[in-house]
Amino acid sequence: MPATFLLALTLNAGYNAALVAVGAALLGIAAGSAGAFLFLRKRALVSDAVAHATLPGIGIAFIVMVLLGGDGRNLFGLMVGSAVSAGLGLLLVDWISRRTRLAEDAAIGAVLSVFFGFGIVLLTVIQTMSRGQQAGLESFLLGSTAGMLMQDAVVVAAGGALAVAAVVLLRRPMTLVAFDPDFALASGIPVRRVDLAMMGLVMGVTVIGLKLVGLILIVAMLIIPAVTARFWTDRTDRVVLAAGAIGGIAAYVGAALSASAPNLPTGPIIVVVAFAAFLVSLLFAPGRGVLASALRRRRFKLRVHRRQGLLALAHGEPILDQLTLAVLRREGLIREDGVATEEGRALAAKALRDERRWQVARTIYQDEAISGRYDVLTAIETVLTRDQIAAIDARIGGPALVAGGA
Amino acid sequence: MDEAFVALSLPPILIGMFAAIACALPGNFLILRRQALIGDAISHVVLPGIVVAFLVTGAVTTWPMMIGAAGAAVVAVVLIEAIKRLGRIEPGAAMGVTFTSLFAFGVLLLEQSDTSSVHLDVEHALYGNLESLIWLSAEGWGSLLDPVALAELPPELGRMGAVALLMVLLTLVFWRPLKLATFDEGFANTLGIPTVALGIGLVIAAAVAAVAAFDAVGSIIVIAMFICPPAAARLMTNRLEIQVLWSVAFAVLSALLGYVLAGYGPLWLGGENAVSAAGMIATVAGILLGLACLFAPHRARIGAPRDAVG
Repeated sequence: MPATFLLALTLNAGYNAALVAVGAALLGIAAGSAGAFLFLRKRALVSDAVAHATLPGIGIAFIVMVLLGGDGRNLFGLMVGSAVSAGLGLLLVDWISRRTRLAEDAAIGAVLSVFFGFGIVLLTVIQTMSRGQQAGLESFLLGSTAGMLMQDAVVVAAGGALAVAAVVLLRRPMTLVAFDPDFALASGIPVRRVDLAMMGLVMGVTVIGLKLVGLILIVAMLIIPAVTARFWTDRTDRVVLAAGAIGGIAAYVGAALSASAPNLPTGPIIVVVAFAAFLVSLLFAPGRGVLASALRRRRFKLRVHRRQGLLALAHGEPILDQLTLAVLRREGLIREDGVATEEGRALAAKALRDERRWQVARTIYQDEAISGRYDVLTAIETVLTRDQIAAIDARIGGPALVAGGA
Repeated sequence: MDEAFVALSLPPILIGMFAAIACALPGNFLILRRQALIGDAISHVVLPGIVVAFLVTGAVTTWPMMIGAAGAAVVAVVLIEAIKRLGRIEPGAAMGVTFTSLFAFGVLLLEQSDTSSVHLDVEHALYGNLESLIWLSAEGWGSLLDPVALAELPPELGRMGAVALLMVLLTLVFWRPLKLATFDEGFANTLGIPTVALGIGLVIAAAVAAVAAFDAVGSIIVIAMFICPPAAARLMTNRLEIQVLWSVAFAVLSALLGYVLAGYGPLWLGGENAVSAAGMIATVAGILLGLACLFAPHRARIGAPRDAVG
């Protein structure tokens, strides 16, 4: 299996596998970057409604094509049908959440369940229509790449490329709207139209992804890369770029994995690869990751203990907290028996003096810009200039002997 | 005709109604708390739950599967909360990440394990098989009084009825704290109501309803019933008591009309075969909600600009 996996990664595992891998990668890039805007706009789950709303369109397109005497399974026709019903679902979500008192999440849930239910009804109609002959429309639920035709792959690849192009073209207004819709509106950007364009993009990606990953899992390709990317950067443009990259890589690796062993359907394996990337980011990303924030908390806690310990030393109070004792001991500020060392006494005196300086500073400078910075931990030197501190010291008087020090 | 109705249609209709009521009751509170999509998330993660249960027990039996599904629902809720808090991700996205990933794991597990010998597939999980829950030993309305025949009722009927009853009881018992916590969490807190525990309890109750209903009728009805009847009811009144009653009425009406339309509708239109009852029930619920959006007395948002009312 590893050998086949490498072959598949380098597009050498056969014609069909290569087609699927390239198509998936393009789709992943498009879905990741389009999904990033959706996520930043805090409307990630709208994609769930869009995806489920494609089903009745698929059914109706099939029925219409069969009634017209054509092949009901023509991918392009099915895509057009699904786009129409997804668009209708999207407009309904928009209409319900703007015109009635129902919140957007209720609108999303209502549209997705009702459209999907109606789609299932149509699928049972088609089953009886085709008289035992399998229409195979169920494959759109979970996607299927087995026996993908050249023309299907071209449709997916071209669609993915178009979607990427649309993201590139619309990135400026969409970034602005995703970042701050009110500001965008004030700057004369037609927010509603940009929103609709963004939804249109999501719809396009969904329709293109139907064949490959299916309508249930395309939602994952829109949401997971964006959420993953968000861990790594705070800049909107970089979130979009990173989401596209993560989506593309996850889809490509997933497609290669799927080609390398039996019974690994492409859609689910892509989602699992993306989820693995998400999990790694959640735990280990610098800044927003779980590990990083745990370390930050730990550092903060130690600083508080160190500071409180020093003040206690300066006041000559006994220290009972074990962690405080450990911190002071490790820095060599107290001896094993708890008595302050020379360095410890010096730092304690400084801490007490800084505390006094802060007290005076807060009576002099009553504005937020300075007094607001007082949080016990911020060193006064980082807030006030040397002259300002000298002026405060003149009020306090010179250094005095610290109680209990000598 | 009577005989056929009691044997073939009565049990599915009753099961559908009980499922609809069991889901609609917690749905009222979920909608008001902006957690409407919890039902959606739970019904997606039911699949990995039953697959794991199948892999552990090696058989398709009801109770292990229900426990597996309930376990998966709990795992999903915990994961959503963890992602939300640890990653500081907005709830919708956290939910989207969780349920799609768990669903994908479920599909992969299903494909990897040898389930060809048993009836376990994704389609079944999605739209159930309401039509197959028939009562073969029924010989007419009289069978309802015949203990021998009653023992042959589909077991889903008893289970679903019990869960529906449980939901009614829970709603009645926790009515006051639930109502307070839903409308004004801060005030409820000052009264000493444990709002966090109550919120978790609500989600667990929803999960129980979803898992029981999913076993009988499939995920589609579950999601539709969590949202559509309460949402439509929300547009009918400003009082929670009345809203809950409306939602039960809408739920029952959807189940009844949906089943009848699915079973007999195609015949009236000259077709020969029934269509999916689960799908039709969801469709009817959606049509009811659509009518409520257009005509219900309290459809507009209070304080909405006049031109937005419509």
